[in-house]
Amino acid sequence: MTVAYLHLAIHLALVFLLPPLSLGVINKTKALFAGRVGPPLLQPYYDMAKLFRKGTVLSQTTTWVFLAGPAVGLVTTILAALLIPLGGHHAPIAFDGDFVLFAYALGLGRFFTIAAALDTGSAFEGMGGAREATFSCLAEPAVFFGFLVLARASGSYSLSGMLGPTVATTWSSAGAALGAVVVSWFVVLLAENSRIPFDDPNTHLELTMIHEVMVLDHSGPPFGMILYGAAMKLFVFGAMVLGVAMPLGGMDPWASWGVFVAATLLLAIAIGVVESIMARLRLPQVPSLLVAACLISAFGAVLLVR
Amino acid sequence: MVELVSEKLLIASIVLAGFAGVPGLFRPRDGRAGERLFVGLMTLAGVCACLGAVGALALGWSNELAVTWLVPGGQLVIRVDAISAMFVLQIAVLAVLGAWYGLEYWPQRGHRDNGRKLRTFFGAVTAGMLLLVIARNAVLFLVGWEIMAASAFLLVSTEDEKPTAREVGFVYLLATRAGTLCLFAMFALLGAAGGSLSFDAWPRALASPLRDAIFVLGLCGFGLKAGLMPLHIWLPGAHANAPSHVSAVMSGVLIKTGIYGLVRLTASCELPPLWWGYALIGAGVVSGVLGVGFAIGQHDLKRLLAYHSVENIGIICLGLGVALLGRSLGRPGLVALGVAGALLHVWNHGLFKALLFLSAGSVLHATGTREIDRLGGLWRRMPRTGLAFLVGAVAICGLPPLNGLISELLVYLGLFRTGAEGGGPWMAVALAAPALALVGALAVACFVKVFGAVFLGNARTSDTERAHECGPTMWVPMAILGGTCAFIGLAAPLVARVLDVGVNAWAGAAATSPMPALNRIAPLVWVSATSAALLVAIALFGMRLARRARARAAAPEVGTWDCGYAAPTSRMQYTSSSFAELLVGLLAPALRPSQHSPRLAGPFPAPEGFHSHVPDTVLDRALRPSFSFVARLFGRLRPIQRGNVHLYLLYILGTLVVLLLWR
Repeated sequence: MTVAYLHLAIHLALVFLLPPLSLGVINKTKALFAGRVGPPLLQPYYDMAKLFRKGTVLSQTTTWVFLAGPAVGLVTTILAALLIPLGGHHAPIAFDGDFVLFAYALGLGRFFTIAAALDTGSAFEGMGGAREATFSCLAEPAVFFGFLVLARASGSYSLSGMLGPTVATTWSSAGAALGAVVVSWFVVLLAENSRIPFDDPNTHLELTMIHEVMVLDHSGPPFGMILYGAAMKLFVFGAMVLGVAMPLGGMDPWASWGVFVAATLLLAIAIGVVESIMARLRLPQVPSLLVAACLISAFGAVLLVR
Repeated sequence: MVELVSEKLLIASIVLAGFAGVPGLFRPRDGRAGERLFVGLMTLAGVCACLGAVGALALGWSNELAVTWLVPGGQLVIRVDAISAMFVLQIAVLAVLGAWYGLEYWPQRGHRDNGRKLRTFFGAVTAGMLLLVIARNAVLFLVGWEIMAASAFLLVSTEDEKPTAREVGFVYLLATRAGTLCLFAMFALLGAAGGSLSFDAWPRALASPLRDAIFVLGLCGFGLKAGLMPLHIWLPGAHANAPSHVSAVMSGVLIKTGIYGLVRLTASCELPPLWWGYALIGAGVVSGVLGVGFAIGQHDLKRLLAYHSVENIGIICLGLGVALLGRSLGRPGLVALGVAGALLHVWNHGLFKALLFLSAGSVLHATGTREIDRLGGLWRRMPRTGLAFLVGAVAICGLPPLNGLISELLVYLGLFRTGAEGGGPWMAVALAAPALALVGALAVACFVKVFGAVFLGNARTSDTERAHECGPTMWVPMAILGGTCAFIGLAAPLVARVLDVGVNAWAGAAATSPMPALNRIAPLVWVSATSAALLVAIALFGMRLARRARARAAAPEVGTWDCGYAAPTSRMQYTSSSFAELLVGLLAPALRPSQHSPRLAGPFPAPEGFHSHVPDTVLDRALRPSFSFVARLFGRLRPIQRGNVHLYLLYILGTLVVLLLWR
C-alpha cells in the first residue's frame, strides 16, 4: 500500500516539477547547435517564478473569459497529466474510456484558450486562435487512430492499459502498427505544442505565430500559468509518445522512473535537434503534414484489421 | 382516488396542448389573456405528460389503451413504454419552456397578425409529436405525424409576409411530403408482411424477405425528418427562419421524431442483417463530418446551429448503428452502449440545442440581426445570455464537465469495443471513432468562433448598441436547460439507471441474454467525479487568479496590445469568416464555397469588398438546378392545361375509356 502511495507521489512530483526542465533542455540544445552558450537549464523556472510575482495588465476590452483561459488551460492539462501513465506505471486515475476524457479535457482547455484570445478583440490573437483551432482539428483524428491501434492491440480501453505496464507484450504482437503510432504521435506532439516545423516559439513576428500570438495580451501570473501549462502539455504529449515507444513494463519499478526521466530529457533533446535543423513550414503546408500524420496512424489501424 | 395511468395522462396532455392556442383565437388581438391562457394550458399539458412519462419509466403506470376505431385498418392503440416515455419527457419539457419563452420573445402586442397563429400551431405541433410517440398503430402514428408536419410548416412560415419564410416553408413542405410518401410505402410493406397495421406485427414483418426494403424506406422517410446528411435540405432554412422558440422545439424534439421512428423500427427486428448497422454508421459519419463542416462556413447564427443538428443526428445514428451491429453479432455489451449512447444523445442534443437556439433568439431579439459578423462584444450587455450560450457551446462540443461528454463517451466506447473485439469487417466500423474525434474538434473550432465573434471583443456595428439583457421569462427557461445539462454531466450514474430501462425496452424480447447494467460496463461514476473535480479546480484557480489580478492590476485602463497601431477600430477585429477561412478551405471539395475577392488595381484603387458564402451543396447545387430542369420539361405539357372545365371533363372521359378498354 505504501509502495503504491510512493509511486503516486513520484508521479505527482514529476508532473508538477519536471515540465519546465524539458523546455530548458530544448533551449540548451538549440543554443548548442547555434554555437551559443544559451540560457541556464533552469531558466524556465526562473521565468515562471518572476511572472508569478508580477502585476497584471488587463485590457478594458476583456471580460472574465480572458482570465478563465489560463486557469482552464492549466487545470485541464493537470487532469490530462493525472490520466496518463508515466514510466510503465499505472496512472493515478484510470478507468475504461479515460482516453476520451483525456482528449476532451485538452479540448476544453483549447476552447477557453482560444476564447480568451478572442476576448481581447485583436486581429492578431484571432488569427492565432483560428490557426490553433484548425490544426488541432487535423491532429485529433491522428490521436484517436493511435488510441484505436492501442486498444485493439492491448485489448484495453484505458490509457493505463494502452500505455502502461503491458506495452512490451503489445510490441511483440503488433510492432509495425505501434511504430506507425509513434511516428504519427511525434508529429502531433510538435503540432499541438507549437514547435518547429509548425510554429516557432521564439519568433517575434505576430503574423507568423500560432500559440504565442494567442497569448500576446496576457501578462503576470496568468501568463505564468500559460507558460507552465504549455510546458506541462509538452510533458504530457511526450509521455504519450514515450509510453508507446519505450515499453518499461518489465523493468524494476524504481529503475523505470529513472529511465523515464532520462527518456523525457532525451525526447527534449530530439525536439531541440528537430528545431535546430528544420525551418518552419509555410502555413499552407502545415495541414498536409498533419494529414500525413493522421494517415500514418490510420495505416497502423489498417495493419491490425484481420 | 383516481387511478393514475400513463396513457390517460398522455391523452389529457395531448388534448390540452392541441387546443391550448384555440381560446386565444377568440380573444382580442391586443389583449394578453390569450397568451397567458396558452402558457397556462401548455404548462398543465406538460405536467400531465411528464407525470405520465415518469410514471411509465419508474412506477409501472403504463397500461395499454385500445379503443375500437372506425377508420379502416386503424385501431386506437396507445402504449407508453420506456422509449416512448423518454421522448415524451423531452417533448413536454421543451414545449413548456418554449411556451414560456414565447411570452416575451413573441408577445401578442408586438405580433398582432401572427401571434395567435403561432401559438395555435405551437400547441398543435406538440400534440402531434406526443401522439406519434405513443401510437402503436400505423394509421394513428401517421395521424400524429401529419398533424406535426402540417403545424410545423405553418410555424416555419409564421412570418409569411416575408418571401424567405414562404420559400423555406415550401422546401420544408416538399421534404416532409417526400418523407411521408416513403413512410406510407414502408407501412404498406410492414402491413403486407406482418398481416396487420399494428406495431405488434412488426417483428413478424421484419423477419420476412421484405425487411431490407422496409429498412431502406424507413431510413429515407425518417431520415428526411431527422435531417441525415443528403436528406437534410429543409433543415437549415427552416430552423433559421422560424421564431427562435419554434426553432428550439423543431431542432430539439421535432427532428428527433425521425430518430424515434428509426429506434422503434430497429428495435422490432430480432436479427438484423449486418449491413443495417454499417449503413447507419456510414450515414452517421457523413452527417457528422459534413454537418459540422457546413456549420463552420455559415454567417447566419441560427443557420449555423441548424447545421449542428445535422451533425448531432449523425452522432445519434452512430450509436444506433453500434447497437444494431451488437444485436446482429449477439453482443449485449455493444447493444447496451449503442442504445444508451443514442438515447442519451437524443436527450442531450435536445437540451443544449434548445439552449443555444433560445440564447441565439435572445441575441436576435436584442439586436435584430442574425449575422454573426455584425455582432460582437455582447457579453457586457447581455451576461446571462452569454453565459447560457457558453454553457450550450461547451455542452454541444462534448467537453467536460457537461452532458455532451457522457453520450459521446458511450458511443466511443461502443465503437472501440467493436474495433477491439471484432474480426476484419467490424474493425473497419471502428474507423468511425477517429471521424467522431474530427467532428468533436471541428465543433470546438466552430463554437469558439461563434462565441468569440458574438459575445467577446468589441461591438462591430451599431446594431449592438441598443442590445439589452432579456427578461426573466426568457432567461429562466435558459437557466433550466443549462442546469439540466450540468446535472446530466455531473450525475451521470443516476441518469444511467433511466437509460438501463430504455436499453431493456429496445432489447425487449429479442434479447438472448440479459442486458448488462450501464454503470457496470461504462465508468460513469469516474467520469462524473472527475468532471466535478475539474469544475471545482477551475473555479478555485479562476477565482484566485481574478482576485490577484484585480488586486495587483498594474494599469487598469489600457487597451488591447495592437503592435503600436495608431488608430485601431473594432472593424479590425478578426471576423468569424476570417476565423473559419482556413477550415472552409480545407473542406472546400465538399462545401464548394463561393467567394468574391476584391481586385485592386492602380495606385488609387476604387473601394472594393470581399464576401464569401457557403451554399448548401445538396439543395443549391444539385436539387434546385435539377428541379428547375424538370419544371422546364413539364412546361412543355402546359398547352393541355387550358383551364376549361369541359376540356378536363373530356380528359377524364378519355382516361376512363382507355382504362375500360385496357381491362
